[in-house]
Amino acid sequence: MAKTVVIQDINATGATERNDGWWVEPLMVLGGLGLFIVYATWAAIQGEFYAMEKVEEIIIPAGANAAEFVRPYLSPICSPDLPRWFPELFSWYQWSPAFLILPFPGAFRATCYYYRKAYYRSFFTTPAACSVGGQPSPLSKLLGFTKKYTGETQFPMYFQNLHRFTFYIAALFMVILAYDAYQGFFGWEHIGYADGKNFHVGVGSLVILGNVVLLGLYTFSCHSWRHLLAGKLDCFSCSDFTSKRFDAWKRQSFLNEHHMLFAWVSLIWVGFTDLYIRLCAMGIWQDRILF
Amino acid sequence: MAKAEATFHVFRGEAADAESGVEASGEYQEYKVPVEEGMVVLDAMHYIQGEDAPDLAVRWNCKAAKCGSCSAEINGKPRLLCKQRMDALPLDEPIVVSPLKTFPLVKDLVTDVSWNYKMNAAIPPFQPKEEDTDKWEVFENDVVRTQEFRKCIECFLCQDVCHVLRNHDRKDAFAGPRFMVRLASLDMHPMDARNDRVKYTKEEAGIGLCNITKCCTEVCPEDIKITDNAIIPMKERVVDEFYDPVMKVLRGIGLAHKK
Repeated sequence: MAKTVVIQDINATGATERNDGWWVEPLMVLGGLGLFIVYATWAAIQGEFYAMEKVEEIIIPAGANAAEFVRPYLSPICSPDLPRWFPELFSWYQWSPAFLILPFPGAFRATCYYYRKAYYRSFFTTPAACSVGGQPSPLSKLLGFTKKYTGETQFPMYFQNLHRFTFYIAALFMVILAYDAYQGFFGWEHIGYADGKNFHVGVGSLVILGNVVLLGLYTFSCHSWRHLLAGKLDCFSCSDFTSKRFDAWKRQSFLNEHHMLFAWVSLIWVGFTDLYIRLCAMGIWQDRILF
Repeated sequence: MAKAEATFHVFRGEAADAESGVEASGEYQEYKVPVEEGMVVLDAMHYIQGEDAPDLAVRWNCKAAKCGSCSAEINGKPRLLCKQRMDALPLDEPIVVSPLKTFPLVKDLVTDVSWNYKMNAAIPPFQPKEEDTDKWEVFENDVVRTQEFRKCIECFLCQDVCHVLRNHDRKDAFAGPRFMVRLASLDMHPMDARNDRVKYTKEEAGIGLCNITKCCTEVCPEDIKITDNAIIPMKERVVDEFYDPVMKVLRGIGLAHKK
């Protein structure tokens, strides 16, 4: 083997001496995130079957008792259902609440320190993988990133610096989603379920509970939250309060180490929760009440 | 039973010549090396030096993954030659060994990493809050976080793999992950008096150019969580000082301070 090479020639697309499957991970991320984006967009455009609280929201088998099919379930991609909460304010609004809701958790995930790594690699190829050369991807070119590399110092990537504000909104959403999960167990009477009891555990209740737990783990393992808890301090032992913040920071750091895992599991579970409720509302699948 | 044999493709090349304008170039030469139990790639390079190519240039010192001298790329991945075990590499195909590609070639596997020392020298050193160090009282909790950063052996594998330096050649504006770690260790130190390190990190070290793709963390032979524990915390400190309007208001009315 005597192939003359110029040592600086490392920037061509895919230029690398790596002989492992470096392209597998970015492709999987591309597929996974792409699938969720396509599904969420389809679900939002469909504009119905995201809740099961009213008889008119669901498809009921002919001749069946409608009151046995209603459920206190609301899809997380449509929560809070603002048009339902404020009908007069949103009287002009005729589309799915998903269009009002998704931009907020979407912004939290788009500016998330984990997802930044994921999509910079998979969608922008800056870089596609470690020690792999790459020219700007079509998406990068579309956004105008073809000139000198500027990282996160210029518009629009400049806004990545405001991740903590999207965290504040995501934390607020957690309160709302926790209320939805509570309703999944204790909200059966006011929707007029057949037996008149207020408490039931359906498979859907557990699915929604799993959703709020996983989303909570993802939200509160956030790097910005880690900083705000105590990461910004230089002296942890300067007072009782800073010592307590240090203890909280240590515990949160454990969660933070698994931020990527929580990011994926929670994303998949959000999609699954919506799909479960959608299939039940459409009459394709039947929710089972455990007790 | 016959010993296993590994085929190496080792980069042999010469430095660029500024006077004639000739770029650094070279070629991959093939060598056969018998594989011994417990062997690392640096052993193989020494075998090649001893048997086939006494003029093969390879920098090394401790052979214990602590001096950071034998940094190179093995099958395209930045690695310490002395830490990469042969039994962890597939022997059914050639093992490609090349120099760090982010820095200028000196010869064969040796590169000129002096740019890193210039970056290091430019960082304002530790400035103690109190001159009389006998009075210092530092608690373990306050330094446990920065202890991780002190494991750095300055092998510059993180600098090599960082695409900002490697592919975009922004050495003019970005200090690289190694020095984000150093800046973090200084800024987080409870006894450091300087309050301009965050500004330095943003404006001189160029932390905004990092897009946290975590390659530095992946290659660190000391397993320092460079991105999660140094770069992202420093990015958040930059946000506190330069981007967060709420923090600006709080500082304006005296409810928050820089350090």
